[in-house]
Amino acid sequence: MKRPLNLLWLQSGGCGGCTLSLIGAEGPDLITSFATAGIEVLWHPSLSVETGRSVVAIMERVTSGEVPLDILCLEGAVMRGPNGTGRFHMMAGTGRPVMDWISDLAAVAGHVVAVGSCAAFGGITAAGANHVEACGLSYDGTEPGGLLGHGFLTKSGLPVINVAGCPIHPDWLTETLHQIAAGRFDESHVDEWERPVSYTNHLVHHGCSRNEFYEFKASAERLCDLGCMMENLGCKGTQARADCNIRPWNGSGSCIDGGYPCINCTSPSFEEPGHSFTATPKVSGIPVGLPTDMPKAWFVALAALSKAATPVRLKTNATADHVAVPPHDRQKRRP
Amino acid sequence: MSRLVVGPFNRVEGDLEVKLDVSGGWVRSAEVVSPLYRGFEQILQGKLPQDALVYAPRICGICSVSQSIAAARALAEAQGLGVAANGRLAIDLIHATENVADHLTHFYLFFMPDFAREAYAGESWHQAAASRFRALSGTAAEEVLPARAQWMHMMGILAGHWPHTLGIRPGGSTRAVTANEQARMAGIVGAFRRFLERTLFADALERVANLSTADDLASWREEKPALQGDFRHFLAISEALGLDRLGRAGSLFMSYGAYHAAAGHLFRRGLWKAGCPTSLDLSLITEDTENAWYAPAERPLPPTSGETVPGDGTGKGYTWCKAPRLAGEAVEVGAIARQLVNGHPLIRDLVGSGSGNVHARVVARVLEVALVVTAMESWIRDLRPGEAFCEHGATPADGEGTGLTEAARGSLGHWLKVRNGRIANYQIIAPTTWNFSPRDRNGNPGPLELALEGAPVLAGETEPLAVQHIVRSFDPCMVCTVH
Repeated sequence: MKRPLNLLWLQSGGCGGCTLSLIGAEGPDLITSFATAGIEVLWHPSLSVETGRSVVAIMERVTSGEVPLDILCLEGAVMRGPNGTGRFHMMAGTGRPVMDWISDLAAVAGHVVAVGSCAAFGGITAAGANHVEACGLSYDGTEPGGLLGHGFLTKSGLPVINVAGCPIHPDWLTETLHQIAAGRFDESHVDEWERPVSYTNHLVHHGCSRNEFYEFKASAERLCDLGCMMENLGCKGTQARADCNIRPWNGSGSCIDGGYPCINCTSPSFEEPGHSFTATPKVSGIPVGLPTDMPKAWFVALAALSKAATPVRLKTNATADHVAVPPHDRQKRRP
Repeated sequence: MSRLVVGPFNRVEGDLEVKLDVSGGWVRSAEVVSPLYRGFEQILQGKLPQDALVYAPRICGICSVSQSIAAARALAEAQGLGVAANGRLAIDLIHATENVADHLTHFYLFFMPDFAREAYAGESWHQAAASRFRALSGTAAEEVLPARAQWMHMMGILAGHWPHTLGIRPGGSTRAVTANEQARMAGIVGAFRRFLERTLFADALERVANLSTADDLASWREEKPALQGDFRHFLAISEALGLDRLGRAGSLFMSYGAYHAAAGHLFRRGLWKAGCPTSLDLSLITEDTENAWYAPAERPLPPTSGETVPGDGTGKGYTWCKAPRLAGEAVEVGAIARQLVNGHPLIRDLVGSGSGNVHARVVARVLEVALVVTAMESWIRDLRPGEAFCEHGATPADGEGTGLTEAARGSLGHWLKVRNGRIANYQIIAPTTWNFSPRDRNGNPGPLELALEGAPVLAGETEPLAVQHIVRSFDPCMVCTVH
């Protein structure tokens, strides 16, 4: 019988939100998901019983090679500050910077998984002037490097797998772990930022419930309006890589279904968009961030056409917070 | 005297180390260390005020909605903006969903698994506790995780997703729910009520909510066998271990008031001091950095003019947590404080004029689940689909605002200053900053430091069990603490 895969989970400069999102996994729940993948959790800070010295003992047995580490998960950014000392995040009970523990553990791990945009790229923790010197495992924003360095490969021969997102959808991780456990995760399963293609081969735009508004460029003007949020409210759904509108969050939701724009949280450096998250920067009235692979002139021409053809229903509903004009079958007269 | 360093401390949110001076089998004094600094107050400097609603919730993945609400309130005050009636209800529902999930997560995944430890193998109650609450493999987690996930469907409907929703705005919420969604939410809350009444309480929520004295609680417990309902299971263990004598801190409690949809708060704002209610004067709040790794300040500063300048993590000081004080006194916050201030008779009876303890903290939290879920049922009924959920306004170029709310684990405040259209200062005091604060310049310990004094340490214990129960009884959130 195959030995279960050992998983060790560390948290550094993040918020714990990816773990909290993850325990919302359903169909199956997280614990069942680990069990069915044949994954044994050596330690997870929120879920395990071991505390204090027994945790340090686990980490020492792993770094010494006594216990094999198949999957190392890091949640949260690597904290290198101040001045490269790592003292902004010391591993409790060890008097040692967490970044040093991460380096040692990554060196012996079969796979390393960055859970969330902080661990992948630095994320929100790296926002602003980044006095804390937060970075990801193998990226610092969009720059290759991070803690482990450009070209770092784990014992499996794979780079760090970046399950980016702020937070992650639980399935993004559980499916990746199941693929790893089945021995079916290879280079072809990651994109150019080493994110699993299982969710980044999609755009957030795919399956967006506001697609009809998008088609006719019927735009929302204020948060709460039902229309497309691309033109005025900063929505990056046509550029952002994730399947949020195909795979529901918490049963039925997504950011856009919740009435707020996509902020492209799976992308490196999303935390510094250079403009307000809820406003679209424009040049002569035309949004700067157009759909990734569409020629600008065509977009402008088509948008002008579709705006001219916008049905009254969509034009009206786009700036309302509920359906003010419902669709109506023309064969049936209203009472 | 010997020194014991306990860490990494697990099953709390974030990073924690506890340093204990031990002699004669008990803790003489404790230092509580928050070893992670991220610097959200600095990240927010110079940002557009409305973008605080993207950054601030990301302080914390366990109470991101509470952070959103505090930020939205601070902005609303700066804007002089009111909140749409539906928006108030929606925000309360979103907030209550998070807070109840937090209480549930804490009870089942963070607190109870300690009773499954081998160290308790000799106790008559151990076998049942171990099979029910063992971390990662107990039968409770198998039932609770799916129930919790279904519960969080409230977030899918009301807020798009959780954590880190952007949908809470100064004037309401961005998701106007429809009549059918109102019906779906009633179904979700109804299903969760059934789970609570079968699994957690083995009784109706109303009966639990109406327990009014320690004697009432004891006779309620004896109505049924000890393992009928996980709350009863806890009460039996708590009695066997004397958890009411463990983890006593000060006798000053604070609540900023929680849930605002109706006139006033569902749980009111105020103080409970040595058994008496008193009013809360926010201007008496200061933060002391004397024993934290920050640039020294001449005096403790009020959050309206607070400063956050980190040092290099060496030298004087032992934590990244500041020491908030109210008129110079350490304050305990949390469900226990909310229920004392609001006047719940059971919690007032359990605490009396004295201090909180492990037993009362857990009872208050579990009781609050019953109180809040019941209230949510009426908030859902009060929603009026078709009417506005959000008011809109513009942030002024210059202004100030304070945003106060109650996270599951206690009082959370944001203090915002806007100059020339940008954030000029943003100060945050989180619940665990209050509870896990270090000593102030007068040497007064924070609530947890005080609660740990006198904790028993058995021979050979490196992670004393009593210390673990005490620490977790506060339901700490360390990522919020130093933010």
